[in-house]
Amino acid sequence: MNINATLFVQALSFAALIWFTVKFVWPMITTAMDERARRISDGLAAAEAGRQSLERSAKEVNVAINDARSRAAEIVAQAEKRGAQLVEEAKAAGRAEADRERAAAKAEIEQEIARAREELRAQVASLVVSGAEKILRREVDSRAHADMLDAIKQQL
Amino acid sequence: MASEHGPQSAGEYIGHHLTNLRVGEGFWTFNLDTIIMGWITGIIAIGAFYLIARKATTGVPGRVQGFIELIVEFVDETVKGVFPGDRKFLAPLALTIFVWVFMMNLMDLLPIDWVAKVTETGGLHNWKPVPTTDLNTTFAMSLTIFLLTIFFSLKAKGAGGFVHELFTAPFGGHPVLWIPNLVLNIIEYLAKPVSLAMRLFGNMYAGELIFMLLGLLGTIAATNSAGGLMAGAAAGVLYWGWAVFHILIILLQAFIFMVLSCVYIAMAHEHH
Repeated sequence: MNINATLFVQALSFAALIWFTVKFVWPMITTAMDERARRISDGLAAAEAGRQSLERSAKEVNVAINDARSRAAEIVAQAEKRGAQLVEEAKAAGRAEADRERAAAKAEIEQEIARAREELRAQVASLVVSGAEKILRREVDSRAHADMLDAIKQQL
Repeated sequence: MASEHGPQSAGEYIGHHLTNLRVGEGFWTFNLDTIIMGWITGIIAIGAFYLIARKATTGVPGRVQGFIELIVEFVDETVKGVFPGDRKFLAPLALTIFVWVFMMNLMDLLPIDWVAKVTETGGLHNWKPVPTTDLNTTFAMSLTIFLLTIFFSLKAKGAGGFVHELFTAPFGGHPVLWIPNLVLNIIEYLAKPVSLAMRLFGNMYAGELIFMLLGLLGTIAATNSAGGLMAGAAAGVLYWGWAVFHILIILLQAFIFMVLSCVYIAMAHEHH
């Protein structure tokens, strides 16, 4: 057994190696490892969050599609209703127009009839008067009886 | 090979391989081979870790970085099992012990006569390549651990608590028991570094010695023509077999040294 001063040198070498490892080597490696562990856990968390958000948006999409579908059905129904309404309105308008025109035509016809009757009456009156004149010319002074004749004309 | 210098007895061969390269007188002797091999192995081991750590990526690690991280993780988990507190110091300490002791032990697998051949070519007639077969190395490490144990004990309990524990643990605080407590504690405190150092030294020294005996068998093969071939073949096979087995021992001893160091320092934090 030969213990000698080598002991001190070896102890110092050992201490230097310990110091170097504690100061540099270990922190470097563990920092890298911890950083990687952190990145991995972050990545896993992000993947989980992504999955959840995908699920959520799928749900939202479903809701939106259903909403759109029901609204489209509503719009279609409304349009159909509106169409029917328009048809009805057009029908009613047409009917009213026809009634109006018929009434107008009737009025015109009646007017024509009245005018024709008036003309007829006037002609009959003048015929009567001229007939009466011819009859009376011999015995009646036309001037003297003009008032009477006019009155008759008026009455006819 | 040593035998090429001429006829050499078995004792000379063994003695040649067990002698350190010394400089100095008496206690102030420096075993240059131990010191230099300690530096080389330390720089290789910790340097490799440092080079990898400096370029460590937080992304997908390469194979080398993965290997380094595997060791770091393994050491960290082992320390965590022994010591539940803050591992900022203890874990890198354990890593240093593990890789350095392993690297020093690994030198044992270099064929001893090749090392001798290379160093003798360089003019060095004694060169022990395995620093852990030198008690100076193992005691240097175990005494450093011992000092750290005292330091952490004082830090955790304070000077008063430390002295108090010396006298009152493990038997109790009765004044009659103070002396037995103190004696037992001194024995315990001495036994820890001594056993730590002797275990590693003994294992490595014995392993080295067996390599030497097998190498000696090889030198017989070189000098004795009658049984030479047989002995040479046997030596080769046995040397290889022992080396394979020795891989287990050097790893195990490095691990044991690391774990026991951690246990001792962890115990220093405990209050009795």
